[in-house]
Amino acid sequence: MHVDLYERIWMWGATAIIAVFLISIGVTTFSQAFVPPSHIETIDPDEVRSHSEFGEPGVTIHADGSATVVVQAIMYAFLPREIRVPRGEPVTFRIASPDLIHGFQIARTNGNAMVVPGYVTQFTTIFEEAGEYLIVCNEYCGLGHHNMFGTLIVGDTQ
Amino acid sequence: MIPSHRLTLANLWVAISAFTIASGMALMQALSRADLDLPFRTPKMYYLSVTAHGVLMAIVFTTFFIMALGYFFTERAFRRSVEQRTVGWISFCVATLGTLMAAGAILLGKASVLYTFYPPLKAHPLFYIGATLLIVGSWGWSWVIIRTYLVWKRENPESRTPLAVHGMLATIIVWLLATVGVAAEALLLLIPWSLGFTEKIDPILARMLFWWFGHPLVYFWLIPAYVIWYTITPRVAGGKLFSDPLARLVFVMFIVLSTPVGFHHQLMDPGVDAAWKLFHVFNTQLIIFPSLLTAFTIIASFEVAGRMKGAKGWFDWLEKLPWGDPAFSSVALAMMIFAIGGWGGAINAAYGMNAMVHNTAWVQGHFHLPVGTATALTFMGFAYRLMPALTGRDLELGLLAIIQPYLWFMGMLMFSISNHLTGLQGMPRRIYQFQYGGSEIAQQWLPGTGISAVGGLFLFGSALCFAAVMFGTGLAGTKRSQDKVEFAEPLQPPGRKALILDNMKIWTAVAIVLVIAAYAIPIIQHLSMERFGARGLSPF
Repeated sequence: MHVDLYERIWMWGATAIIAVFLISIGVTTFSQAFVPPSHIETIDPDEVRSHSEFGEPGVTIHADGSATVVVQAIMYAFLPREIRVPRGEPVTFRIASPDLIHGFQIARTNGNAMVVPGYVTQFTTIFEEAGEYLIVCNEYCGLGHHNMFGTLIVGDTQ
Repeated sequence: MIPSHRLTLANLWVAISAFTIASGMALMQALSRADLDLPFRTPKMYYLSVTAHGVLMAIVFTTFFIMALGYFFTERAFRRSVEQRTVGWISFCVATLGTLMAAGAILLGKASVLYTFYPPLKAHPLFYIGATLLIVGSWGWSWVIIRTYLVWKRENPESRTPLAVHGMLATIIVWLLATVGVAAEALLLLIPWSLGFTEKIDPILARMLFWWFGHPLVYFWLIPAYVIWYTITPRVAGGKLFSDPLARLVFVMFIVLSTPVGFHHQLMDPGVDAAWKLFHVFNTQLIIFPSLLTAFTIIASFEVAGRMKGAKGWFDWLEKLPWGDPAFSSVALAMMIFAIGGWGGAINAAYGMNAMVHNTAWVQGHFHLPVGTATALTFMGFAYRLMPALTGRDLELGLLAIIQPYLWFMGMLMFSISNHLTGLQGMPRRIYQFQYGGSEIAQQWLPGTGISAVGGLFLFGSALCFAAVMFGTGLAGTKRSQDKVEFAEPLQPPGRKALILDNMKIWTAVAIVLVIAAYAIPIIQHLSMERFGARGLSPF
């Protein structure tokens, strides 16, 4: 198969670019355990509202300073509506939906995950900057979708 | 005129009609981005218009246009009409009936579930049944093309498959592999559930099956555009195709890599193992290669054209290209736009960066580049040759055809860049309004949404130009033989001997192995877990 010299150079260049992409994804995955939110845990959507954990959504601060945030994503709100977490400490979000698929996105951060009825969404992150953040639903969930939002306040003291 | 032209034309007309209605729906969304206070603007109308725009553009316009291209290229390249034309007509009727059912359900407000139709959002059963019929119709079309190819091959055992047919076969193989996923989703999950036979549905299983289909769908749109780029555009530019074997390699790579990539749409999903997401992400990055190869080959073909017209310097070949011919300018502009879209795609498929942009306005900014431009603009540009060739009529309103690609290019730059930026600033996609209770962060999106709305108006203007030229030509053009579609010659004559690249059986087998590797274990693992379904709601 005849391949022109310039095209051969281009093909090596293309291969090199893709190799860089693959290596950078691979290295961050295996050296820093940097993975997308992929928690596997199921829950009956019909029981979310009365569930021992999700029925009482809120923030728990642990002895080591880290926090767990339990959230109900419902049409059309995040419960609790205002979430307060500490700055610079690991914050684990646990989120469930009793109705439709929602998105849980902390705008302008990489805190972003789908909330799917029947499954528990869980991810851990650290907020380095104090302040007020906007949480938005980013998955269409009916005519009130654009009214589904919440507030996250990252503070130095609790 | 070859008799099957009527079948090709029938498919083309459905495509153009769907495109025209979908463009009107896009106007509704542009007005929402401008946040104008108009009396007919309601959330119900907005989400209905997003659904109609997505389904009619991404599924109906593309599929019918590609079916028209399949018939046209096969007959043109083989210099014979397709086999079993009756099957072609039945398939056309089934697909059109399905389209009418699904579109009717959407326009009556019974199926505002967006074109991804994720359960437990529940649409009227007619929507799912109609969409399934559209796909069944496309299977009939696939059969007609494959059958014609096999008959031709038996009669011409020594000949190489023409490049255009090679590309259309790649399209069909990708489509058949992909539609297994969505057919399973529709027949096993969605239709029984929407009819009330089953009470609950597993949304994650549905999403796995949907994206088994949903990402190769992107290559189903793209490969036929590449067929135009490789086999038609070099000739339109006045030159030759730079490399025939590498074009074949590109199509084969798409067959192999298109399908085992769907989980990169589910990177942020719970219930899907991170290791399998990684496997799909790696495959996705590999599929950048054939597009990079295409960029070189097509631009080199353009340079060949410029040099054949006497260009001597480094860049003067660019001036020699026919920028006033929309069949050329559409492709050249589409390629520039696609260059941006390709890098955006690599970003989306890398999960660290995807976390910043997943389901934000960035996403619609992104996919309007590969699909909304690389594919759609290429198809529009080629339609200016196809419609006269099929009807034997002169192209009417030629001036509108000349400016149309440039309007699209400008509109798309405004629309896409602004959406990429507001997405990075955290603006979600597909929202009717974006006040969020007067949030300060939401205020920062305002300049971007304004530019996006203006871009949308440019695009709507361009779409109107296209529709006017098509309807003007097809219904009222002067009757005269106007067939200007010719295949490009390769720079080096292709070898007489068939290469391994021509052997579709081998590559289809490799692709099937990869699909099984990518999906069998995750789906079995998933099914063996204790799962609770969701009941479903129709809040629209």
